[in-house]
Amino acid sequence: MDVSGLSLVTVVLFLPLVGFGILLFMNESTQRQAIKWTAFGFTIATLLGAVLLWSQFDPSNPGLQFVQRNDWLPTFGVSYYVGIDGISLILVLLTVFIMPLSVLASHVSHIFEERGREKLYYMFMLMLEWSMIGVFVIQDLIVFYVFWEVTLVPMYFLIGIWGGENRVYAALKFFLYTMAGSILMLLAILYVGSQAGTFALPEITAAVQSGDLVFPFGGLLSPQSFLFLGFFIAFAIKVPVWPLHSWLPDAHVQAPTAGSVILAGVLLKMGTYGFVRFCLPMFPEASVGWAPVVATLGVIGIIYGAWVSYAQTDFKKLVAYSSVSHLGFVVVGIFALNAQGLQGATIQMVNHGISTGGLFLMVGMLYERRHTKALDAFGGIWKALPLFGAISLVITLSSMGLPGLNGFVGEFVILLGTLGSSTLGFGFALFATLGVILAAVYLLYMFQKIYLGELDKEENKNLPPLAWQEIAVLVPVLVLIFWIGVQPAVWFNMLDASTSTVVAAVNPFLQQVAHIVPAVAMLP
Amino acid sequence: MVPTEAYIILSMVLFAMGAMGVLLRRNAIVVFMSVELMLNSANIALVAFSRHWNQADGHLFTFFVITVAAAEVAVGLALIVAIFRTKQSINIDELHLMEG
Amino acid sequence: MQSLALIAPLIILLPSLGTIINFFWGPKLNERFSSLIGITASASTFVVWLVLFSYLNGNYYQPAIVDLPILDGWIRIPSVGLEIPWQQRIDTLSVTMMGFVTFVGTLIHIYASGYMHGDPRYARFFAYLNMFLAFMLILVSGNNLLMLFVGWEGVGLCSYLLVGFWFDKKHGVGLKNSNAARKAFVANRIGDFGMLMAIFLAFWTFGTLDLYKPTEVTNPHMMEALASGGGHGEEGAAPANGAAEEGGHGEEAPAGEEGAGDHTGSAAQLVSLASDLPIDQEGDHGEAAAEDHGESASEGHAGPVIAYTDNTHLTFSQLGIFAQAERLAQLGEGETLERGDGTTAGRMINFGAFELDIDTVITLITLFMLLGATGKSAQIPLFVWLPDAMAGPTPVSALIHAATMVTAGVYMMVRANSLFHLAEFSSLVVTIIGVLTALSAGYVAMGQFDIKKVLAYSTVSQLGFMVAAVGVGAYGAAMFHMITHAFFKALLFLGSGSVIHGVEHGHHHAHEHKHDDHGHDEHHAETFDPQDMRNMGGLRRKMPITYATYLIGTLALAGLYPFAGFWSKDEILADSWVAAIQDGKFAGFVALGLFVAAALTAFYMWRQIEMVFHGSPRTEAAEQASESVWSMTVPLVILAVLSLLGGFLNIPSGIGLFSFGLQGVFGEHTLSTWLEYSVVHLHVGAFQPLIAIVSLVLAVAAIILANRIYGSNKAINSEGLDPLEANPASRPIFALSNARLYWDEIYGRLFITPFNRTAAFLANVVDMAFLHDYFHDSVITKGFNGIGRLLSHPIDLGIIDGAVNGIGRLTRWISGGLRRTQAGYVRVYAVALLIGVVAVIVFMLLPVLQG
Repeated sequence: MDVSGLSLVTVVLFLPLVGFGILLFMNESTQRQAIKWTAFGFTIATLLGAVLLWSQFDPSNPGLQFVQRNDWLPTFGVSYYVGIDGISLILVLLTVFIMPLSVLASHVSHIFEERGREKLYYMFMLMLEWSMIGVFVIQDLIVFYVFWEVTLVPMYFLIGIWGGENRVYAALKFFLYTMAGSILMLLAILYVGSQAGTFALPEITAAVQSGDLVFPFGGLLSPQSFLFLGFFIAFAIKVPVWPLHSWLPDAHVQAPTAGSVILAGVLLKMGTYGFVRFCLPMFPEASVGWAPVVATLGVIGIIYGAWVSYAQTDFKKLVAYSSVSHLGFVVVGIFALNAQGLQGATIQMVNHGISTGGLFLMVGMLYERRHTKALDAFGGIWKALPLFGAISLVITLSSMGLPGLNGFVGEFVILLGTLGSSTLGFGFALFATLGVILAAVYLLYMFQKIYLGELDKEENKNLPPLAWQEIAVLVPVLVLIFWIGVQPAVWFNMLDASTSTVVAAVNPFLQQVAHIVPAVAMLP
Repeated sequence: MVPTEAYIILSMVLFAMGAMGVLLRRNAIVVFMSVELMLNSANIALVAFSRHWNQADGHLFTFFVITVAAAEVAVGLALIVAIFRTKQSINIDELHLMEG
Repeated sequence: MQSLALIAPLIILLPSLGTIINFFWGPKLNERFSSLIGITASASTFVVWLVLFSYLNGNYYQPAIVDLPILDGWIRIPSVGLEIPWQQRIDTLSVTMMGFVTFVGTLIHIYASGYMHGDPRYARFFAYLNMFLAFMLILVSGNNLLMLFVGWEGVGLCSYLLVGFWFDKKHGVGLKNSNAARKAFVANRIGDFGMLMAIFLAFWTFGTLDLYKPTEVTNPHMMEALASGGGHGEEGAAPANGAAEEGGHGEEAPAGEEGAGDHTGSAAQLVSLASDLPIDQEGDHGEAAAEDHGESASEGHAGPVIAYTDNTHLTFSQLGIFAQAERLAQLGEGETLERGDGTTAGRMINFGAFELDIDTVITLITLFMLLGATGKSAQIPLFVWLPDAMAGPTPVSALIHAATMVTAGVYMMVRANSLFHLAEFSSLVVTIIGVLTALSAGYVAMGQFDIKKVLAYSTVSQLGFMVAAVGVGAYGAAMFHMITHAFFKALLFLGSGSVIHGVEHGHHHAHEHKHDDHGHDEHHAETFDPQDMRNMGGLRRKMPITYATYLIGTLALAGLYPFAGFWSKDEILADSWVAAIQDGKFAGFVALGLFVAAALTAFYMWRQIEMVFHGSPRTEAAEQASESVWSMTVPLVILAVLSLLGGFLNIPSGIGLFSFGLQGVFGEHTLSTWLEYSVVHLHVGAFQPLIAIVSLVLAVAAIILANRIYGSNKAINSEGLDPLEANPASRPIFALSNARLYWDEIYGRLFITPFNRTAAFLANVVDMAFLHDYFHDSVITKGFNGIGRLLSHPIDLGIIDGAVNGIGRLTRWISGGLRRTQAGYVRVYAVALLIGVVAVIVFMLLPVLQG
């Protein structure tokens, strides 16, 4: 097996863990400010490292770059194997972008007065960053699984210690639900690894493509389909795909602000990333065969998520269901199995992280001031906090997919791809586009309930204005919203080569599967 | 001459009497005496056979037996005295502390 | 001169700059400065427009395609050839739209500076107005469907912000405004859904979203005309018969008042265009360079030397969507043509998972576009947002909901005339919707008491006219009416704003001495509605300028000769009548419907005049009303002049004496000719004197009827009722009209209430009660706990623990049994010994005994 030297990716990956270690030895009572700024410093350092990675990344190369591979358990074929391509890079950038914002937003949070243990909080944040980046860069199945599960631990504690009243229930539900799905994935991983003789993903994918490694596909319930489902269910719980979404409202409502931002901003993307990175290349026939079913779930998610959002009275729950709706688009885009769908879906993953992350930051700031999440408690906030109102409007519009802002770019390309997809088609495009209408309905409703109308409640009249940390956190979000909305070329460029590879991996199987799975051939 | 069988019969009768004594008598000293009787019956048998086969082995062995019996009596009587000092009785039916 | 076209991006950038300045620094600026920024930004767009207009005039109306600077394309996926740039299209159609948008826009900015005086968020208002202008100009100048869509949704956003501008008014009024804004946005979004579907279909059919590609010829007919007779330098030398439109360089600007498009051939520099149409330099080469067309290179100031008059020299992939559609539709079954990039195209369009014939595709695209237009241009079934949108400040109603945003749908359909021309069924649907809307909105308008609501429904009705015109193929008529409508409807709205202001001030005046420290009209506003026409009357004498201009606007809208509305509406009526005779199907219904709608228009407008201005004042407020400030009346006057003269933009041919020689000044079919360079299927119809007379008679009759009913101070009777309301015979008609045909109620019952109920059902029953509580907590959790308990009690404790413990118990039992052998009695041991010895001896003797 190969043994390569240290790659920049490893450095970026482990920087947060170094921060974790340093924080471990700091004293909470005497070094409170130092702790906060050390944590922030490490997230910024990781951000800079990732940007450095970006600057040296070659977008025209479809393969993995910055590869590092060291053996771990050679007899089983398990190695520490990292590398990035366009898709990984953009998600890593998303992660390192969200983390400093979350940390900075936590600086002004009042939750520590109630619950304390601030140092532990920042340590968990850094641990979370480490494990999330790991998920996106690891190319070995077993090590990926390890990192996948490790992300659950800090999140569990973040929700369970610093969350709302029902936090323990929510944290436990989140943990168990996700883990249950992951077990299925573990089974599939073990089987795949034993068949392939190695757990290194690029090798497995190459073997599948060249025909050396065959997982028999004979329909929707054949061996390859079961393997696909093993991975699929684990990722589907994470995304979350309807109907496996009921952990999400609890987790979001009970989590602290930064927790929600990270959960919505990055953790949910791990699921969709998994589809693109694992399901499609390793099980192309099953992906094609199951695409209509999955896309149907996606469309249901789009419409259901939006519709249910509209009926909510708690603004965090409203935004939580909106995540189900937005990621429904991503799922549909991925399973359109063409370049437009995949690229649109990847961009939309990033966009969702930014806009929904922004929404959670927004509602978090409202919660900090009023300690309630009920929509009825607000009204006329735009008058009370004009700058905040304007920023919130932009973020809301971005979430709604207004052209010129980031959300539109992703949604448009996804829906475009859906219409011209070989696995989906007119009906899917029609119903998915309806989601655009529903998004306007619930988002404008939320905006109106909170920001418009008369400023009639006493408690709302003298709210403290935005602190500099809060502004510093919202401005980058706005910058990206406009940048991706108006000039997404640089991002699409990054993705082109790698998504073409994935599409090319699936394409050869499209015709074959149509014969085996009549549903695909029967589409309108 | 006296036939060897007569000595054997005598030895048998004495052995049986000794065995009965061991099994049926309550007094520990009497039990000891019965044990001595058994030993001596064995001695008689030994001597008789030694004479029968015209070898000295039996005679020799008899001396061993007598010695051992004497030593055993010494120890045994010491034990009985010790027991009597504790229990004021040497009725073997009253000595069952080691039961399970 | 090509470089002139390059300033086109400024038309978007300048108002954006105005927006940014007013948005960020607005609160610190005083009112004067804010409005100055806003008005300057708006006026500068008009200046840019002038430059673009003269560019086109000097370039023989040939279009230009301009890339926006700095931005490098928009959406681009090279691997599949998806390329959507930020690109503008400067041609006669887009410049026409830009013209009246910028001009009317600037007037409204000026008006608003007076109207919004005293508002605490004054600067924000101007920021939004500028932003609206920017988006509208993106919409009309975009060279691809997606850029059009950016502007499309952008103006929807600005409409939301501006309609809901007073979101914090007390007593629930602010909430009402916000709801109206939200309704507008959502209704528009439903239309946007249609546009998106059309865009997706278009992309997969044509491989591109560009409307036109460089070097493409838009209208071959006009190019041929240019080629054969180009370069006529004389003014008014255009042949007198209406049919010949070549070189139609009318002097009158399509939307402006500065006449001179002076481009006499000798002065014109022959230019090579941004669209690369090879045009020879300076006439001296003209003779020599004549290629495949005879060239009248007369006297050295030749017209353009044109290499190509159609697109046959271009490969398929070098064509925009409209040209591609035309080519594809002409193919026969099974025929294919080369795209030019290696692939072929045929009648059947393959979308990946399904295939459709090109005709079906074009029909679908146009129907979806129609859905979009019904949202943006307020047609049935999505028009319900427009009346509610009157909650916004009046300048907003004038700009957005009369003159500009609502015309976007019509513009889009005119732009896509090639597609609609190919899709007969869609055109039919368009026509039906247009006529139905015109009729029903006209009917509702006559029963309204709110001055702005009358105008709102009137707008919907007039848009119905335009849409119907598009449906019958009268694209030129639709555009013409759009322009004239912009003038007089903006005038009417601004006038109504002036009236409302006047009445408000009058009301304030009247109660001033009674409540001097109360200060706020709002306290009274809940009971006194300054927009209710029943509170007006006799304002003719109190607000003379407003009255005069409003009257002109009314007459123009009603379609009286010689005001603007007469010419444009008449053209629509004439064209639809001709279509009726030619096509036969449904056309009679169309023409008749439009006539009735025209009559209704005159009726309800005159009713409004009588109710508001004639008679005597019905309230104190009306009594004390006063004329508005100059910044509000001057735009009214300007617009009134335009409403008077605007009709001469497109004087039809064959009108003879009735034009009083005006065609000598303004030229004939000036607008149509101008537009024909960009709108392929624009056909200039001949003047139909009968139609003109009938429509005039109808209008006058309606006005007389209205005068009979509402004149002489009978507008509102003593009980505050409308005469039609009071009269039992006409009450049902009036009541239905006043109830707005119950559209909102029907929508509420059919869509809104079920939507809300389903949302609550899905959220509370399906998601929470079932999935979350029942399924997860009961089924899964209880099931899991149940299995856990089953495993732990019977199995784990019972069996497994039982087994392990059982071994222990067995051992104990055995040992208990065995223990009994240890009696403790010496005698027992002795017996055992004896028996053992005997047994051993017997065992040892056994072989001897046997043997």
